[in-house]
Amino acid sequence: MDFAASLGLVAPEILLSVSGLVLLLVSAWAGDKASRAICIVGVAVLAVCAVLVVPALCGGAMGTDTVAFDGQLKADAFSAFAKLLIYAAAAVALIVAPAYFERVGAMRAEYGVLILFAVVGMGIMVSATDLLALYIGLELNSLAAYVLASFLRTDGRSAEAGLKYFVLGALASGILLFGMSLVYGFTGTTGFDGIRAALSGELSMGALFGLIFVLAGLAFKISAVPFHMWTPDVYEGAPTPVTTFFATAPKVAALALAMRVTLDAFGSQEIAWQQVIIFAALASIVVGALGAIGQVNIKRLLAYSSINNVGFLLIGLAAGTPQGAAAMLVYLVIYVAMTVGGFVAVLMMKDADGVPVEGIADLAGLSRTRPVLALCMAAVMFSLAGIPPLFGFWGKFVVFQAAVNAGMVPLAAIGIAASVIGAFYYIKIVKVMYFDEPADTVKGISDWAHWALLAIAALFISPLGYLLTKVLGALADNAATALFFAA
Amino acid sequence: MSSILIIVFGPLLAAIIAGLGNRAIGNVPAKILTTGALFLSCALSWPIFLSFVAGTAEASVVPVLKWVQSGTLTFDWALRVDTLTAIMLVVITSVSALVHLYSWGYMDEDPDQPRFFAYLSLFTFAMLMLVTADNLVQMFFGWEGVGLASYLLIGFWFKKPSACAAAIKAFVVNRVGDLGFMLGIFGTYLVFQTTSIPEILAAAPGMAGSTIGFLGMRLDTMTVLCLLLFIGAMGKSAQLGLHTWLPDAMEGPTPVSALIHAATMVTAGVFMVCRLSPMFQTSDTAMMVVTYVGAATCFFAATIGTTQWDIKRVIAYSTCSQLGYMFFAAGVGAYGAAMFHLFTHAFFKALLFLGAGSVIHAMHHEQDMRYYGALRKQIPLTFWVMMAGTLAITGVGVMGVFGFAGFYSKDAILEAAFASGSEHGQLAFFLGVVAALLTSFYSWRLMFLTFWGQPRWADSEHIQHAVHGHHEDLDEEASHSEHNSHAHHGGDDGTAGYHPHESPWVMLLPLLILSVGAVFAGYVFIHAFIEDAGFWKGAIFYNEHLMHAMHEVPLWVKLSPGVVMLAGLLIAWNSYIRNPKLPAAFVAQFRQLHAFLYNKWYFDELYNFLFVRPAFWLGRVLWKQGDIGIIDRFGPNGAAWAVAQGSRYAQKVQSGYLYSYALVMLLGLVAAVSWVMVR
Repeated sequence: MDFAASLGLVAPEILLSVSGLVLLLVSAWAGDKASRAICIVGVAVLAVCAVLVVPALCGGAMGTDTVAFDGQLKADAFSAFAKLLIYAAAAVALIVAPAYFERVGAMRAEYGVLILFAVVGMGIMVSATDLLALYIGLELNSLAAYVLASFLRTDGRSAEAGLKYFVLGALASGILLFGMSLVYGFTGTTGFDGIRAALSGELSMGALFGLIFVLAGLAFKISAVPFHMWTPDVYEGAPTPVTTFFATAPKVAALALAMRVTLDAFGSQEIAWQQVIIFAALASIVVGALGAIGQVNIKRLLAYSSINNVGFLLIGLAAGTPQGAAAMLVYLVIYVAMTVGGFVAVLMMKDADGVPVEGIADLAGLSRTRPVLALCMAAVMFSLAGIPPLFGFWGKFVVFQAAVNAGMVPLAAIGIAASVIGAFYYIKIVKVMYFDEPADTVKGISDWAHWALLAIAALFISPLGYLLTKVLGALADNAATALFFAA
Repeated sequence: MSSILIIVFGPLLAAIIAGLGNRAIGNVPAKILTTGALFLSCALSWPIFLSFVAGTAEASVVPVLKWVQSGTLTFDWALRVDTLTAIMLVVITSVSALVHLYSWGYMDEDPDQPRFFAYLSLFTFAMLMLVTADNLVQMFFGWEGVGLASYLLIGFWFKKPSACAAAIKAFVVNRVGDLGFMLGIFGTYLVFQTTSIPEILAAAPGMAGSTIGFLGMRLDTMTVLCLLLFIGAMGKSAQLGLHTWLPDAMEGPTPVSALIHAATMVTAGVFMVCRLSPMFQTSDTAMMVVTYVGAATCFFAATIGTTQWDIKRVIAYSTCSQLGYMFFAAGVGAYGAAMFHLFTHAFFKALLFLGAGSVIHAMHHEQDMRYYGALRKQIPLTFWVMMAGTLAITGVGVMGVFGFAGFYSKDAILEAAFASGSEHGQLAFFLGVVAALLTSFYSWRLMFLTFWGQPRWADSEHIQHAVHGHHEDLDEEASHSEHNSHAHHGGDDGTAGYHPHESPWVMLLPLLILSVGAVFAGYVFIHAFIEDAGFWKGAIFYNEHLMHAMHEVPLWVKLSPGVVMLAGLLIAWNSYIRNPKLPAAFVAQFRQLHAFLYNKWYFDELYNFLFVRPAFWLGRVLWKQGDIGIIDRFGPNGAAWAVAQGSRYAQKVQSGYLYSYALVMLLGLVAAVSWVMVR
């Protein structure tokens, strides 16, 4: 495949990179005045990129036509699916940011630029078919993320979040790199195809260590237990728009990456990683649920909720089948919608002075003061708890179905049982909003953009979402087929 | 549209509207609706009954809806009208309509009137379903429906703990009977492959002598089935052994006692035995049991009635005793006599209950006869209707001339029992005669204590409460008008200044109508019920031979009820009018006998010891040890505890320190590596 064709395949990444650089120059010259405009342009660029990847997804692109740069990247339907989701989540992060930062005078022009660079990194992550491309994408994303986490430089909690994320991220990167070097050392290649070919047959101890270390590094990114410890602190400390971003786009990217690594590169050694994934899945579900109980900060609660959800997603991965992969992708879409809905609702909770409200106790009696907001929040909570007829149920359903079809009935059963614990704290929020005496804290008003995002998310997770199951399922099947094509 | 549909479903419709509408439609519309529906049913029922008396009507079945079709099990909702049903229709709708009307006055101050009237109408619907049933399952529907309505009405004043306890007791004791009834229905279906009553009755004689396996024994089929069904009848009709709920059921409002626990529901057992009479006729053993149980109940309840002080309890035991008469009449094969007594008893017993209600109403809910006395002059109309009821129940009459209602029906029963010639029939006759003596005694005792003698209500808490409550009201407005208060200071005459007054006309009118029934029902209908084989048209088993033998009994048998009635009257007069100290002296002399009777033969204590306490013990063991100790502890509570502990631990690990986070990561990594290595 020639170089020009390769460039064509990575057009979205090129467009994003160039836009990022141009906007960086703009921000350097125009300063913070341009920050709102940069965000708007950023959303537009993401929209164009989304248009660019749609054909690959709908056409079910796979095979050699999608391989760029001699096997470094693969612009197939799978990566297109993940990218679309990432672009959407990044756009949300861009839309909600100005209102949040401008109040404290912390809106900087770099915000939009950093998001775009992070998106470039994630685009590379989800299309990487080589350990080196993988690492570059991961680090590009992470470096942008560390800065974003501490974006409120004057705020102690934000700075602490950035620092913790950075230090532990560095540790994780080290583990990941060590794993990669072991894999390279024992297989003699960094390309996924080569690794899979080299690992078929008896697995050497060195390669096994490499595999586990790589998985551990990725587990940090997706905040799977026991590599989840940073999540509550960072989610709580980071500015809420950034938390919204963290909880959605990088999760999608890291999970897609983990799928590509396990199912493609280590696809021939499923037996080696399956049990580790199962443990991580169950541990994430249980720890996420247990940790969420007793939280008083809504962002922290949502952080545990994301850990909990990652557990359910990993059940799909543990199945190791195309059905499991497709189920994960469906779940991811619904998860992003629920998370966006939840965080946008949190962003809309402000007191009379516009100061964000994050305490769960402050939501008391919200149904009487802000009925629509409370209703959307309740829908998000019920959906997260996986209670039909809300759409969150469907995501859990397809994942468990995949696990059962793969013969993992005990895993599915334990997962379902553990999801009951989760229902407790989700529904507790609803109880606080609907049955407690009004605290009368939430008084601030929000702009139309927030309402629009909340409405879209709420409609998506409402029972109306089931209208989409067919098309969503078809696209996810396209993506999963592409992922397994090489295997 | 057939009038029977209106008769049966009118009360249901009224009950639904009044019950669900409740406060939304208000007291008066609810009362008008339910009472109107009942009077309509009543007006439509009498022509049906009279056409049967005249012999112009034929039995008919009106299908309503398909119900169940499952293999060989097929039955529909259908309303059967024959002579037996027609009798029950007039009894139920007449008494129910009058009780509805009476309740306008009696329940006037109650805050929950729509609910009360809805329950009453619901009960009437269920009772009508029971008596019009064409198959056993529909009869069971009505059977349970009246049980439910009875439960709701006994516990109508649900804030009173004693009312709730009585309601539960009635329900639970009836369950015992219902279990027998259900087993009987199942067994009948098993044997006859149908639940249709006419088909069963037609096939029953063919089954006589066959055997069936029951509880590991080979027993006569028809005996087993009849006895099982009879257990159901015993529960509903409060026969000896399953009678304990009836006196307690007096906790309900008095109109309820009159309608459900005197005139209609408690007679359902008698009705059922009569309806299935061709079936019972095939088993001599079953008939003997019915006779013994009826006779024993008749005697036993009468003995208790002689010692009770609560006016409603006396009448309740009297009801129990009269139901015994009906059963032993059925047991000796005189089903016509049983139904006749059921018919007359409905009028005079409803009259006695409603009359007692009128007395209670006048006496501010005081029910203890020790605090009555000399009410004859205070509430004369109530006195006269109660007198009519008493003359009817004690069976006053002159042979061949005229008698009150009970005279004809009770005499017919006693004569039939004697004429049956069997050993158990003879025993039933003698017990019945003794019970008639006791009936006369306790009925006159009630009358004398209530209406004769000196006023004794000064010591009644209810009356004192009423007088003082009234007095305080007066103090505010009339402290200057001294002439108003002189009436309240005459404590020395036993009245405490309280003067009972007559009930309103809505209560008196039903009493007057019922007293017409109590006086004339026997005289008018004796011919049809006892002597006219054509009247029944096969609705019951008609024992031609026995009916003739009844007239051939010796004269002393015919005279004995009248003699013992007079004896009872004399004893009562001697004890409570001529020599009021005599009862106390008697009690002092026969302390143990009195205690035995006064405590209702210690049945409640016995059951408490045998069933209630072991049941509570078992329940408590299962609750404390089983449910709380095991299921809750290791189930919900244990899981919740584990989750709470886990949550606490998870938060403890989340210390906020970087090094501990890094440690957890590395430990996880080490664990994962170790696991895949050793695997």
